[in-house]
Amino acid sequence: MKKLIASIVAGAALATAGVSAASAGTLEDVKAKGFVQCGVNPSLIGFGVADEKGEWSGIDVSFCRAVASAIFGDPTKVKFSPLNAKERFTALQSGEVDLLSRNTTWTMSRDSSLGLMFVGVSYYDGQGFMVRKSLGVSSALELSGAKVCTQTGTTTELNLADYFRSHNMPYEVVAFEKNEEVLQAYEAGRCDAYTTDASGLYAERLKLTNPDDHMILPEIISKEPLGPAVRQGDDKWFTVVKWTLFALINAEELGLTKANIDEKKTADNPEIKRFVGVEGDFGTGIGLTNDWAYNVIKGVGNYGEIFDANVGPSTKLGIARGLNNLWSKGGIQYAPPIR
Amino acid sequence: MAAGDIGARSFGGRAAAIINNPSVRGLVFQIAFVAALVWFAWDIADNTARNLQKANIAAGFGFLDRTAGFGIVQKLVYYTEASSYGRALLVGLLNTLLVAGLGIVIATILGFIIGVARLSPNWLIARIATAYIEILRNIPLLLQLFFWYFAVLRAVPGMREKWTFLGIFHINIGGLHVPRPVFADGAGTVGLALIIGVVAAVLVARWGRKRQEATGQAPPAGWIGVALIIGLPLIAYFALGRPISFDVPVFNDQGPILRRGFQAGSGMTVIPEFFGLLLALSLYTAAYIAETVRAGISAVGHGQSEAAHSLGLRNGQTLRYVVIPQAMRVIIPPLTNQYLNLTKNSSLAVAVAYPDLVSVGGTVLNQTGQAVEMVTIWMIFYLGLSLLTSFVMNIWNRRVALVER
Ligand SMILES: N[C@@H](CCC(=O)N[C@@H](CS)C(=O)NCC(=O)O)C(=O)O
Repeated sequence: MKKLIASIVAGAALATAGVSAASAGTLEDVKAKGFVQCGVNPSLIGFGVADEKGEWSGIDVSFCRAVASAIFGDPTKVKFSPLNAKERFTALQSGEVDLLSRNTTWTMSRDSSLGLMFVGVSYYDGQGFMVRKSLGVSSALELSGAKVCTQTGTTTELNLADYFRSHNMPYEVVAFEKNEEVLQAYEAGRCDAYTTDASGLYAERLKLTNPDDHMILPEIISKEPLGPAVRQGDDKWFTVVKWTLFALINAEELGLTKANIDEKKTADNPEIKRFVGVEGDFGTGIGLTNDWAYNVIKGVGNYGEIFDANVGPSTKLGIARGLNNLWSKGGIQYAPPIR
Repeated sequence: MAAGDIGARSFGGRAAAIINNPSVRGLVFQIAFVAALVWFAWDIADNTARNLQKANIAAGFGFLDRTAGFGIVQKLVYYTEASSYGRALLVGLLNTLLVAGLGIVIATILGFIIGVARLSPNWLIARIATAYIEILRNIPLLLQLFFWYFAVLRAVPGMREKWTFLGIFHINIGGLHVPRPVFADGAGTVGLALIIGVVAAVLVARWGRKRQEATGQAPPAGWIGVALIIGLPLIAYFALGRPISFDVPVFNDQGPILRRGFQAGSGMTVIPEFFGLLLALSLYTAAYIAETVRAGISAVGHGQSEAAHSLGLRNGQTLRYVVIPQAMRVIIPPLTNQYLNLTKNSSLAVAVAYPDLVSVGGTVLNQTGQAVEMVTIWMIFYLGLSLLTSFVMNIWNRRVALVER
């Protein structure tokens, strides 16, 4: 019932308030109110999660802070809205959040009929399966007849159906609204397998009572390019968010880190000079100050630093860079140049 | 001149009379109000359409024909991933009706028992009933739902084991597995025989009551009724060469672990999500119904039961023939409310993965992004269901209402 009401309220918001949300400049709005309202995951370790003190962390959370740094030169000028899978798009469409940074897959229908616009890919992911080791299964292709738990309102539901159908395997899906229940039901034994983005599997496995009793199967059954999204029809805001992402990636390529950027600022390298805003007029071109990119790195560090701090090999998640390494280092993270 | 004067004055007088006429004025105000309402509704619809277009969000009901592509765990009608969104919504709708309908029946029976128990002269029974009502009414339904769902899951054996009752009912974490009836030619006739049996039983019961009122003797109408309801279809079943057979659930305890347990496609499975939701909804609503029943019974004057007792009726008879029929007049209107609440509360289903209309609709909404359309469908369905429930309950209410003679 609560959900129903929430949807109705959101619908009503679309019905009456859509104009202001969609057409006034988000950048001006954000500057006027003094913070970025960012939609994030409520409970995904490494991506978006709040600790007991209400302190947020995760890759997606850091991205929100990066945008705040670019605009205000201050990574704390951001407020977070925890959103579950089902709520997230309505929240963005209706103007409740300025930016959605919540392990959300970039798909064509989301870019079209949902009225969203993805700015790029902040994490290359793919869907996988987790099973109990005691099941004696070593490949997803052996999952014929399995009962699978997952979360509604995700791309996961569809990939699952496609995968089992195309391999002619019967299956049964048990789909919950909230992730906690998916995990609890899986742990209680209601399902043989738990499916979601591989990153999510690593994060959720940690929440199980005995993580070591469970394993993640090697198959990746889909492409899940996760990235930040904004509303369509606001090019200026889109550009700011997009270039914040590119700045993070470019900084890593240029070797600029949170720690060394002050020192490297003065280096005699034209690329770095443009990046930190000593040369050129790039910041004002997108409605910001020229030291916008410097502020981003000073505030949150570069892409690699964010990755390592939240999900990298030294964290509990221990995810390798893989596809998310720079293009020059065997991965596919690549950003257009600042010039 | 004078004549014209009078004419003008009388015309003015007539106009004033019309303006001052309360029924005319009432009509004008009502028309104006309806017009304003229509304009308001149109304005909202128009504004919505324009805003959606501006935000580049798809609109219209065309999506109902498109392929859904997702699976649904419980379906009362044929459905696969290749079916349409419209069909998926139908599956959800039927699931809502199923859980709400059964929930209403169970909550009513339980509610009446507990309501009566609360007024019991037996101290222990009355206290237990009171405790039940107070506890269940004061814990949020969502928590109860999780409690029952996970209690059900934890209580039963795992997917590769089972408990068996009476040889044909099997329970494990996958749900209740029972034989599935398979209907061949002639099964319809058996169904018809069942309907005829029920109708005949009702007629016999009526005749029995009339007879008792007229002669004081009660014929065994109940037994005749049972014989009719069971006998007629049974005769038809054997006469037609057993057109209904049963597909028994297959349980496998050999081979790879994943292949063990009940095999998909055999027998019929009632999923634990359904039980969890049904249990939570009925137990919760029963507490409210019990209070309604208690209030209704208390509203019947004490003299009524004293009179019944002095006529020699026993406690149970007094309750059944004297108190409850009068209490119903007080009970039915708030009972209607409880039925509506139960139906609306069933939309919590998605929390425990039961695919009701809100859950399936939510998935459709997310995949198509057509929030306004989906919310409209939800509203129409729940409003229609509420109106229908109220309508039926009003008819019942009118039948038991006090009629002035
Ligand atoms: N990338 C997918 C799935 C995203 C998703 O919602 N994943 C789940 C499972 S990892 C999640 O984050 N759940 C956390 C929550 O809703 O609390 C999508 O965009 O649809």
